[in-house]
Amino acid sequence: MKVIEVRNLRKQYPNHLAVADVSFEVAEGEIFGILGPNGAGKTTTVECVAGLRKRDGGTVRVAGLDPQLNRGELRQVLGMQLQSAALPEKIKVWEAMDLYASFYPDPADWQELLDRVGLTGKRDTAFKKLSGGQRQRLSVALALVGRPRVAVLDELTTGLDPQARRDTWELVEQVRESGVTIVLVTHFMEEAERLCDRLALIDGGSVVATDTPAGLVAQVGADQRLRFRPSAPVDDAVLLAVPEVREVTRSGEQIVVSGTGNLAPAVTLALAQHQIVPGDLRIEQATLDDAFLALTGRKLS
Amino acid sequence: MKMLLMETKLHLREWPFMIFTIALPVGLLVALGLGIPGMTERGESGERFVDTQMPSMMTVLALMTLACSVVPGVLTTYREQGVLRRLSTTPVHPGKLLATQLVINLAVGTLSTILLIVTGALVFGSSAPRQWAGFVLVFLLGTATLLAMGLVIAAVSPNGKVAPGIGSAVMFPLLFLAGLWVPRDVMPDALRTVSDYSVVGPFAQALKDTWAGHAPQTAHLVVVAVGLVIFSGLAVRLFRWE
Repeated sequence: MKVIEVRNLRKQYPNHLAVADVSFEVAEGEIFGILGPNGAGKTTTVECVAGLRKRDGGTVRVAGLDPQLNRGELRQVLGMQLQSAALPEKIKVWEAMDLYASFYPDPADWQELLDRVGLTGKRDTAFKKLSGGQRQRLSVALALVGRPRVAVLDELTTGLDPQARRDTWELVEQVRESGVTIVLVTHFMEEAERLCDRLALIDGGSVVATDTPAGLVAQVGADQRLRFRPSAPVDDAVLLAVPEVREVTRSGEQIVVSGTGNLAPAVTLALAQHQIVPGDLRIEQATLDDAFLALTGRKLS
Repeated sequence: MKMLLMETKLHLREWPFMIFTIALPVGLLVALGLGIPGMTERGESGERFVDTQMPSMMTVLALMTLACSVVPGVLTTYREQGVLRRLSTTPVHPGKLLATQLVINLAVGTLSTILLIVTGALVFGSSAPRQWAGFVLVFLLGTATLLAMGLVIAAVSPNGKVAPGIGSAVMFPLLFLAGLWVPRDVMPDALRTVSDYSVVGPFAQALKDTWAGHAPQTAHLVVVAVGLVIFSGLAVRLFRWE
C-alpha cells in the first residue's frame, strides 16, 4: 500500500527553481531514502510533503491527505524531525517530551519512548547541554510522540561522530520495526546504502533514478574491482577469457581486474584451474557514489 | 495550558533578566524618591513627584523594557533556533506560543506595576491610582499596544543579535517623549505636540491622570488605540515564523 504519493512536484522560490519535477511513491512500512548533494532540493521536497511549504505544481498525498488542504489531519499522521536544533535552550528533556505529547489527542507513552532512544538517564538535562547525538535522538523521539504513521527524518546524522551515527542508524531500524514508515533525507551515501529499502536520487531539483540501493548500482552497470597478488605469474589472457572480466591492469606484483556480475567467484575459479592462489584478495564494490556519478556526471559529496 | 506553564518555567529560568525588569523601576522609584529632595516636595497642586509622575513613568519603563527588549529577544531567538518552525510540524499552531508569550509579559508587567503601587504606598505613603477603573483600562490598552509594538520589532529584526539594538533605538526616544527625563508638563509646546502623537506619550499621560484621580482624556485613549490597531496590523503582516 502506498502511504505517500508525490507526482510532478514543483517549487519555485523567488530566485531559483528548488524543485523542478519530483515524483515518487513510498510504501507502508519501508524506509525510503531521498539522496542527493546539498542544494538538490531534498529538504524542499519533504517540506512540501509535510505541508510546511506550498507547492507550485504537482500533487502530493500522504495517507490520502493533501498536505495543503488537510494540514490539521496531516499533522496527526506525519511526524517530522528538522535539520537544526529546534527547542529552547533551557527546556529539559522530559519537559520537551511532556509538552509535545500534550499536542496530540492520543500520544505515545513518552517515558517509554525516551527509554527506546536511550535518553532516560538524561531526562532532567537541559536541551543545550545535550550532545549532538543526544539532540538528534530526542528529536526522533519528539517526531514519534504523536504515534505517526510516517516519520520524516531530515539530515539526521549530519554533524555526528561515527559512533553516534551508527547508534542513530540502529534507532532508525528499530523505529521501522515498530511499523512506522520512514522518509530519510540524506546526502550520505553510506547511510542510504545501509538503511534504505528504496531510494530516490535527486539532483538539480529532479529525480534521476528510483530503485533499491543494489538496483541503482546494478542499473548503471558500474564495475566491481578485484585486487590480488597471484601466487605464480599469470597471463592476462587467462583472466580476459573469463566472461565477467572487462579489463586487467597491473601495478607491480598486484593485478587489478575490473568487470561486472559475479566477478569474484568467476576469477578465483579461473585462477584455481591454473593452480594459482590470489593472495591479499580485495573486492571493491561499486557504490551509490559511483551510481550517482554515472547518472549525473557529478560526484555526490 | 501546558505550554503556558512550560513557557513560564522557561522565563523563570532567565530569572536575572526578570528581576532586572521588575526591580529596576521599583528601585529607581525608591532611589530617586529618597535621593532627590524635589521628588517629595509638594507642588502648587499639592501633588508630589513620587505620587503620580514617578510611578506612572516607572510603569511605562517596565512595560517598555518588556516590549522593546524581552519580547523581541525571546521571539527572535525562538525563530533563529527553529522553535517556531518545529512547532508548525505539530498539530499546535506556533501562534499559540506567541499568545503565550504575550500573556506571560502581561503578567510580568502587571506584577511590576502592583509592586510599584505597594512600594510607593509603603515608602512614600503615596496613594494607589485613585481612578482605578480608568487606570486598569489605560494599563491594559497601553500594555497591549506596547506588546504589539514588541512583536513588530521582533518581526523586523533579522536576527537575535540585532534585535536588542533595534529595541533600544526604539525604546529611548520613546521614553524621552513619554517624559521620563523631561516631564511632559514642562516640555516646550512643539515637543509636547510630538509627544502627544507618540503613543507612549499619551499612554504615560493617561496613566498619570488616572493615578491622580482624573478621567483619562479621550484624545489620549484614541491615539493609544490607533497605535494598537497599527502595530497589531503590522505584526500580523510582517511576522515570520522562520
